[in-house]
Formats: sequence, structure tokens, C-alpha cells
Amino acid sequence: MLGHRVTENYDVVIVGGGIVGAACAAELNSARLRILVIDAGKVGCGTTGASMGHIVVMDDSEALLNLTAFSRELWLRLAKDSTSACEYFPCGTLWVAADAEEMDVVHQKAKNYEEHDITVEILDRKSLYQYEPNLAQGLAGGLRVVGDCVIYPPNCATLLLQGIEVRENCNVCQISDNLVSLENGSEIRAEFIINAAGAAAPKLTAELPVEPRKGHLVITARYPGFCQHQIVELGYLKSVQKMEKESVAFDIQPRPSGQYLIGSSREFAGWDDSINRNIVSRMLTRACDYMPALKEMLAIRTWFGYRPAPMLSCESKNGGDKLPIIGNWPKVKGLYIAAGHEGLGITASLGTARLLAAEILGQSPPIDPAPYHPSRLFRENR
Amino acid sequence: MMKKITVKVNDKSVVVPEGVTVAAALYMAGETAFRKSVSGQLRSPVCGMGICYECRVQIDNQPHQLACHQLCREGMEIRTL
Repeated sequence: MLGHRVTENYDVVIVGGGIVGAACAAELNSARLRILVIDAGKVGCGTTGASMGHIVVMDDSEALLNLTAFSRELWLRLAKDSTSACEYFPCGTLWVAADAEEMDVVHQKAKNYEEHDITVEILDRKSLYQYEPNLAQGLAGGLRVVGDCVIYPPNCATLLLQGIEVRENCNVCQISDNLVSLENGSEIRAEFIINAAGAAAPKLTAELPVEPRKGHLVITARYPGFCQHQIVELGYLKSVQKMEKESVAFDIQPRPSGQYLIGSSREFAGWDDSINRNIVSRMLTRACDYMPALKEMLAIRTWFGYRPAPMLSCESKNGGDKLPIIGNWPKVKGLYIAAGHEGLGITASLGTARLLAAEILGQSPPIDPAPYHPSRLFRENR
Repeated sequence: MMKKITVKVNDKSVVVPEGVTVAAALYMAGETAFRKSVSGQLRSPVCGMGICYECRVQIDNQPHQLACHQLCREGMEIRTL
């Protein structure tokens, strides 16, 4: 068959077998459509496999809060139903305030969360150290978001894809009207095509304002009991929001194994595929500022991944809303986009899939889809 | 005549020649499993030169020390697994 053009037919072709593509497949599978998931490598081996797997409700904007809160609910349900496969770990998030100014942010965030029925606990200095005695001295307090949790993303992608046809090590070179063209010359016709290729999504959909934002993680050897929560500095929000070329923020996650994942770094460095020792060093220095005993720990591995981030140069296009892009893409027939989640792809994957499935199947959406819809990128008078 | 020192391996006193590594002392004491993997497998040194990290043991209450990389000192307390 080599060299011949083969045309296959599916109802839905999903490009990208990361957590977002997998979630979309699982969501549509219940509608008894013929679905094919294509991945350039292995399922969950890209950004999904490189990520922390922190399921976190974010209150940067009303729209982000709605999407992440809805998604977290879906994760809790999935984790309950699938026992150990997700490696669900209900550790909560502890946002650490370094000073009085950041305590003001704690109070503001607490208000935002409570208005959306997200349970939080405001921590003064004393209760902060009761929860996490290994934090550095002199911090002001924090905010504990009880229902946040941790899962193991590549396992979840595999779980979501159970019973769904998957083609791995398969490169898509073009997506056009109802047609997916493969590098091997064959083509697949589909009524619905979902571009869930993460940071690579814009390679297949021109004008998609997404670009890779590289991040490093370090994992330690096992030191059980060192910390109980996913702990994040409130300065993290500044690190995410400031669209600087390079930034770091303290973020640590306890794994069920007794190991710790240490982050975080953010870089606009294209597809650069080397460890940036300078930024890893800055990241670890920051972590040791917050938890000095980390200095004595053994780090056993460092890696990086590419967050699918809203494009830096495109703020004028999407109004700088920094929200993912979820929904029908008006310029290509049958094409739907599920991309641009930056660091929240794992959290938001399940909600994203619900939104997209509702649009494809003509059902009423579970939350207002407008803030994430591609149509906002094409509005006049931007 | 080589000088001898005494170290403790899992609470048992062991006499070893001065200048041997912790890994060598453990083998002399009859210990072949140094640590357990996350999934519970028994592990022991592979490379002997600080690359594989399979030789990790607890030395003087410090976890995850490389047994192949440290020399024994008088009174050192070594703990495996």
C-alpha cells in the first residue's frame, strides 16, 4: 500500500492524545460516534506527561474560575469512580503569602472563591506553620483551598482513552475542510475534527494565537512527610500574569510516593529542547527561599515541557484575556479547537471536553462557552 | 598492616579496613540489597561511580547518601532499605 493515497472515514478525528484530546474523546464516546485519536508520539507523552497534575481552581478571572471550578468537580467524580488509576491525592492547595501585601491578596482571593462556593481557609502565621512547619520563617500567612488535588496525568489520559481507537507515532501534516492529511500521504475524512495538539496546535491551524511556554520541573528522592499540601507562593500569580520572557515562582507538590515535584519556571523560548540550567538554578533557589530544608534533599531528575500559552504578541487579538480557545473554528469546515490552556490544561481538560462536546452535539452548554470561544478572536473593532 | 575501623551496619558493628567505601563495607557485612524502589523492588549498586543512584543508603541519619561515593569513618551509622 506504500505510496498510495488511502482515504479513511471517521465521525470524529482528534489530533493530539494528551489529556485534552483524551478527555474530548471520552466525552464524545458516550455519544456513540466513530472516533479516532491521533498522536505524533505516545498518548500523554508530551506536555501532559511533563506536567505536575495539579487540579487547581484559579480565580484570575470570572471565566477562568467558572471553567476550573467546573472541571475540578468533574475530576473529583472521575477519581472516585476510577479508584487508583488516576493516582488521586487530595492534598489541597496552600497559597503562601510572604507579607502583609500578599495577605491582602489572600483576603481578596478568599472572597472570590467563597462567592463560587469553593471552600477555603484563611491562615494566619501560626496556623500556616501548623500545617507546614518546614516553610521558611517570617512568612505572613496563606490561603488553603481544601478541594484542590493532584492526579497523575499520563495515567489519566490512558484511562480516558479506554475503548477508543488510538493511532500513535502518526504525524498529521495538515487539517483542511473535513480532512486530516497524514505525513505518510493518506487522508482521513471526518465530520468533526478537533485540534487538541497543545503547543503544536498552531502548526496545524494558522492564526491560532498559541505558542510554547517552556517550563522545568525537578523531582526529589523520597522524603515522606516533608510537606502535606501543594504549596504555591502567591507571587506565582505575578509570574504567570507578567508576560516576561523568563520567570520563576515557588511551587512544590507532594507525591504519594514521598517524592516532591519542584517548580516552576516560565520561558518563551520556542521549541528549545535543552535544560536551561540558569533558570533551573533560579527556580531551585526560589524554592529553597521558601523551604530551606530542600537544600539537603537529593534531586533525581529534571525535565521540561511546553505549555500551550496564549501568544505574547497577540494580546490585541484576544484582548489579552489569557483564556483557552475552545469551540468551532470558523475558517475551516468541521474544525473545533481545544487548545491554549497554558498551565491549566490538566485541570481544565474535563470541562473543556464537556463544552466542546455540547457544541458538537448541539446540547446546552454546562457553563457559558462564550469567554473561551474562538469567535472572540475574529470580532471586529479589536 | 592496614588500619581497621568499626562502623555500624543496621545496628550491627562491622570492622572494615580504613579507606573502603560504604558500599564495600556493606558487602563485607553481607548486605546485598541497599534500597527499595518506589514499587518495592530491591536494588543494589550498578555503576559504582555515582551515576546510577542505586546505591543510596542512610548514613548518620541523612537519607539518600551514595554508598559508592563515601568512605567509611570510625563510628559511622549506615542503614539500608
